[in-house]
Amino acid sequence: MHDKTLTELAASLAAGEFTSRELTEHQLGRIERHDGALNSFITVTPDAALEAADHADAARARGEAGPLTGLPVAIKDLFCSDGVLTTAGSKMLANFVAPYDACVVERLKAAGTVSLGKTNLDEFAMGSSNESSAFGAVQNPWDTTAVPGGSSGGSAAAVAAGLAPAAMGTDTGGSIRQPAAFCGITGLKPTYGRISRWGIIAYASSLDQAGPMARTAEDCALLMNAIAGHDPRDSTCVARGVPDYTADLAAPLSGLKIGLPREYFGDGLDPAVEAAVREAVAVYESLGATVREVSLPHTHYAIPAYYVIAPAEASSNLSRYDGVRFGHRCENPSDLIDLYKRSRAEGFGEEVKRRILIGTHTLSEGFFDAYYKKAQQVRRLIRQDFLDAFEEVDVLMGPTSPTPAFDLGAQKDPVSMYLQDIYTIAVNLAGIPGISVPAGFVGKRPVGLQILGTHFAEQRLLNVAHRYQQATDWHLRRPELAEENA
Amino acid sequence: MQWETVIGLEVHVQLATQSKIFSGASTAFGADPNTQACAVDLGMPGVLPVLNEQAVAMAVQFGLAIHAEIPEVSVFDRKNYFYPDLPKGYQTSQMYHPIVGPGEVEIGLDDGTTKRIRVHHAHLEEDAGKSLHEDFHGMTGIDLNRAGTPLLEIVSEPDMRSAKEAAAYLKAIHSIVTYLGISDGNMAEGSMRCDVNVSVRPRGQAEFGTRAEIKNVNSFRFVERAIEFEVERQIELIEDGGEVVQETRLFDPERDETRSMRTKEEANDYRYFPCPDLLPVVLDAAYVDHLRESLPELPDEKRARFQGELGLSAYDAGVLAASREMAEYFEVVKDTCGDAKQAANWVQGELSGALNREGLSIHDSPVSATQLGGLISRVMDDTINGKAAKQVFQALWNGQGVSADEVIEAKGLKQVTDSGAIEAMIDQVIGDSPAQVAQYRDAEPEKRGKMIGYFVGQVMKASRGTANPQQVNALLKDKLDALC
Repeated sequence: MHDKTLTELAASLAAGEFTSRELTEHQLGRIERHDGALNSFITVTPDAALEAADHADAARARGEAGPLTGLPVAIKDLFCSDGVLTTAGSKMLANFVAPYDACVVERLKAAGTVSLGKTNLDEFAMGSSNESSAFGAVQNPWDTTAVPGGSSGGSAAAVAAGLAPAAMGTDTGGSIRQPAAFCGITGLKPTYGRISRWGIIAYASSLDQAGPMARTAEDCALLMNAIAGHDPRDSTCVARGVPDYTADLAAPLSGLKIGLPREYFGDGLDPAVEAAVREAVAVYESLGATVREVSLPHTHYAIPAYYVIAPAEASSNLSRYDGVRFGHRCENPSDLIDLYKRSRAEGFGEEVKRRILIGTHTLSEGFFDAYYKKAQQVRRLIRQDFLDAFEEVDVLMGPTSPTPAFDLGAQKDPVSMYLQDIYTIAVNLAGIPGISVPAGFVGKRPVGLQILGTHFAEQRLLNVAHRYQQATDWHLRRPELAEENA
Repeated sequence: MQWETVIGLEVHVQLATQSKIFSGASTAFGADPNTQACAVDLGMPGVLPVLNEQAVAMAVQFGLAIHAEIPEVSVFDRKNYFYPDLPKGYQTSQMYHPIVGPGEVEIGLDDGTTKRIRVHHAHLEEDAGKSLHEDFHGMTGIDLNRAGTPLLEIVSEPDMRSAKEAAAYLKAIHSIVTYLGISDGNMAEGSMRCDVNVSVRPRGQAEFGTRAEIKNVNSFRFVERAIEFEVERQIELIEDGGEVVQETRLFDPERDETRSMRTKEEANDYRYFPCPDLLPVVLDAAYVDHLRESLPELPDEKRARFQGELGLSAYDAGVLAASREMAEYFEVVKDTCGDAKQAANWVQGELSGALNREGLSIHDSPVSATQLGGLISRVMDDTINGKAAKQVFQALWNGQGVSADEVIEAKGLKQVTDSGAIEAMIDQVIGDSPAQVAQYRDAEPEKRGKMIGYFVGQVMKASRGTANPQQVNALLKDKLDALC
């Protein structure tokens, strides 16, 4: 059951091969058996899941089932879920039960999906390894000595291990695509503004975007149909028609113009990763695409610009965690300043504090122009790089990450950790969509191919990814861990 | 040394929107603590702001009313600081691109001249909640009902030179916002409050002195008193060889003094940056034109029309145009009776006197404008005389009748102009007053004029006030003189 894709499970439910309750019980059983070691979930909600499954089965019996009715999903613990612990991976919110649903959660419920629980993540989505979570690191199901990537590490690991057929992630600098690559699954970061941010605990508001993580591009398309579209509660969510993302998946790729950014194949790229990516590009050529090299000249400014803008926004977004209204409060504060200082010192982890400090500094009087303003100028140049490239080609391709998943505990220096996101971060700065698809292995560890398109080109990206998955089977491989214990 | 005072005001006006500036919660005043604060107002994780279009329209209306530039694009910024009644740890405001650009407000001075006060800009922002320090035994209570209430902060240039000018400016702003209906202007409930920047310099000196900012002054009277105290303090300080330090001060109305709150060194670095959750506000010309066309007549325009078209004195026009409610009341009275001067006299005389005695505002007047207009009509068409009119007014004030006509009818106050009837009453009075008639006859002719008053009074009394006094006077004189 757990080896099936979301699309296959939907067909099985529709055909009556099994019920949503049976499927949900099976997934809950797998979580029970395997997640002790993996640690991909922070909160599992079996009672609510089974109740939702029964509702779905009843709806199906009444002939009211939609395409997603009864399908289990896992939700990154950055999305607020009404009445459910919502931690953002932080001690600060270890006691926070959200009083409302995020828009994405609401829409998934309305579509009849069954939430299995909330997945682990880097604290407040700040990290590339899931190691900054206050709820412990997550193991990579392909190699338990490796990280699953981050920040949506729990979602990626849960899908790869067959604990959930699909999961929701968020991506601020690569947080869907990089863990998808590290865990050998498919992850889509949509255009900024495509999906409502209402109810997603903010890290960097101008960069955060929710997206689906699943086995296949087809599965991601199915989920996109449910979650994309205007929401008046998010002013940055675009009022623009939503296509049927599954409609053009099989469109032929003949004449597709692929650009390979020169800057994505330079120093620091693991040769084995490069080989896998070039092999994938060759597959596309065999499918009728043409390939040329392009340049994104401001690529090397992306990480510095990101680490000014994202921490600046984060420093302000995280000010509300002050111990006054909700979240962690220190014991016996002596006065207001003591309450602030100790609640925040105790509640936030090291990486979060680092970014709050950076952001507070760069926004300070006398530094604002040199850092924040300059970074925004750089951001416009980076966006223009992409727009120029998309004048010449339909999509850009390259590695999602310069290396496969690294060892747990290996990245001690924050800056070298930041550099891991070299290929994903510029995409968020430009606001364009990107998808990571499995494209091979280096040893036991998966490699991800990243495909980028212009704003609102999700349909095209899913089509390009789907045709590749029709021609390859990397996305069908399952980690041994999951098979051994099945 | 001669000193000159330099004053600039930052006036915070609470906009009269139904809901908050970034959430759907109600803005009504006086609800139980925290019952009008939704997840957005509480700054819960994951919530997002959505701009209230009504607040934008109100801000633009204000800008148009002060002939300000309305920039096509304005941007919300975050002002970051920690305070328990500031739920998100930042206030959403407009630092770099405010919604209203430079404009000007005209104020009237004591010598009858006017002065233009430049407005630097006005920007939209959200209000914070309230910290409640009483009743919590060593703890602080937080009420977030006010959090997210829309404010328009109107920042003047340092163009005022006296406490009186500052108060006049504040009144002019009050008058504009209440005319526009964009605020109830209720200072007691905090709908309008201001920060006052005060400095002094030797007369003739070009550069400004160091200023102190007096925070949160919430009445016209306090503004004058706070400035007067502060100016005296600064002059004394300098004359004693000291220096004014740039600082924030608090006005204590009970002690009538200002006290230091924090100095510039202790000031926060607010780390302003554009709010990434809100899009820039883009106003197209058609939208602004539409608002311009729908602007009501403003105080200045009304004052000019009252003087020019209606022929009122500058003083009357000024008083009647000062508040929208007063002006509207006056215009209904005027339209009902058809005479602007009579209407002005009654509104400013009898009506204002009665309102002041009872401590009522025009809004609460027991006599409606149509009732008063109807009453004046009856005076003008001689149905009643002035004395009876006062009785009718009193009756309407006490709710004894729905119209002047009804009161006149019920109380029989209709003026007697039938000279036969008046003569009969005169004859009666003369017959009943032989002593007074004798005095009148014996008096020097030039003193008789005063003595006739007694007889007029008696006749009016006999008519229960309804006789036409002019007629009574003339007929009495004829009859008495005939006896001499």
